[in-house]
Amino acid sequence: MAQAAAVVSQSLARPKVRLRNLSIDFPTDGKCIEVLRNISLDISPGEFVCFLGPSGCGKTTLLNVVGGFIQATGGQVTIDGELVRGPDPRRIFVFQERGVFPWLTVEGNIGFGLFKLSSKEKARRIEHYVRMVGLSGFEQAYPQELSGGMKQRLEVARALAVNPDVLYLDEPFGALDSITRLIMRGELLRIWEAERKTILFVTHDIEESVQLADRVVVMTARPASIRRIVEIDIPHPRDISSRRYLELRDSIFAEIGLAHKV
Amino acid sequence: MRRWESFLLPLAAGCLLLAAWHFGVQLTGTSIFPSPKAVLKGWGELARRGVLGAYARDSLFRVGSGYLLAICCGIPLGILLGWYPQLAAAINPLIQMLRPISPLAWMPLAVVWFGVSELAPIFLIFLAAFFPVVVATMNGVRNIPSMYLQAGQNFGLAPLMIFRRVIFPAILPQVLTGLRIALGIAWLVVVAAEMIAVDSGLGYLIIDSRNAGKRYDLVVAGMLLIGLIGLALDVLVQQTEKLKSVRWGFREE
Repeated sequence: MAQAAAVVSQSLARPKVRLRNLSIDFPTDGKCIEVLRNISLDISPGEFVCFLGPSGCGKTTLLNVVGGFIQATGGQVTIDGELVRGPDPRRIFVFQERGVFPWLTVEGNIGFGLFKLSSKEKARRIEHYVRMVGLSGFEQAYPQELSGGMKQRLEVARALAVNPDVLYLDEPFGALDSITRLIMRGELLRIWEAERKTILFVTHDIEESVQLADRVVVMTARPASIRRIVEIDIPHPRDISSRRYLELRDSIFAEIGLAHKV
Repeated sequence: MRRWESFLLPLAAGCLLLAAWHFGVQLTGTSIFPSPKAVLKGWGELARRGVLGAYARDSLFRVGSGYLLAICCGIPLGILLGWYPQLAAAINPLIQMLRPISPLAWMPLAVVWFGVSELAPIFLIFLAAFFPVVVATMNGVRNIPSMYLQAGQNFGLAPLMIFRRVIFPAILPQVLTGLRIALGIAWLVVVAAEMIAVDSGLGYLIIDSRNAGKRYDLVVAGMLLIGLIGLALDVLVQQTEKLKSVRWGFREE
């Protein structure tokens, strides 16, 4: 009951991110390729939304549009009622772990976006986020000396350090091995629960989306549009062998047209 | 490879070669090609005449000037070409056309333009070093992963700051590689560059020793000195690649 009430109050709150009839066409060799078709969605403050779809369906493009890196051909994105016109430090994009700057140390990377702060405040923030992502003792290390998972955590820390209210994660764990990936999901949820950022997370991994998200937005193949939105009504920490989890997971498998058998 | 190996092995090879040279000269009884001892004596003679250091200094000055000039022009041009594809499309064919022309081919023009002065050899060295610097810088800028630039924008950096804090460090390893290659070529060209218009320097020493008295001991002495200084310069420049902030851009050896 309490769960249902929470969901209702969430949907009544003013949306944080609002996508209205978003469309994208890319002109290529004289032809026009339609990448996104008519996407509308409201995302509440502090919500964790996964965009799930096959590789190359255009979900990364969608995230780039929301992030302000690509101009939409049609429709608009508003955040806090404000039209998105370009990238903004209040909303940080997190790539796969290759996005960290290899020429900066762990400290340098986390402090990268903090150029407007006093050096004292900057040092405090760096220390806080080094600890939060578990990189204590590696402050002076360069990315090439870190493992894939550590680099990924470093990139998340770099994003969190500027205290954004929205995070865009583009298949952030795609390049990690499956064990590290599982650990990273737990870490991300822990951080999300501590900081309550609004998170838009792009993935092609069904299990990942059901483990992480409040809502899973299932996309169609190109041109990408919303096929279905699945509410994941399981409280955290989620038991990934519970009946409800398997039910939701399998419903998405079925939705995409995959029998869950190998 | 252990540390002492990387030091001792080339030393051993050098000694072996020196021995082969020594006995080769002795066995053939040649009167033209000098023995190692004669070359050593040649160095002594040059040092006594006070030209050994002076010539090396003059050569280094010319190479240094031409090289610095090449860096000052080459890096900005390379950045522009890397950043603006249209500009590269317009100018790159011209660069690729001029690049294979040996700096030596410019010698007659250099004399016409700069006359008998220091400027002529400096110009030739500049030409030799310029193209590798431009090409390396241009490729460096082209190869910056878009993620880095996107991150720079995302964190709200102004364009000048993106240049200083993202573009510059991102291209640095490739630029350093270009600078190393360019310095090697610049030093390579010094002999030819000093064949014209000047009366000092290691290149001049070689030409002059041959022309005035067929002093092949001094010719070889000059050659060896050029080789040794070249080696020292390369080792020096290589040190910059060990900096932690550029180390990522070089393959581990």
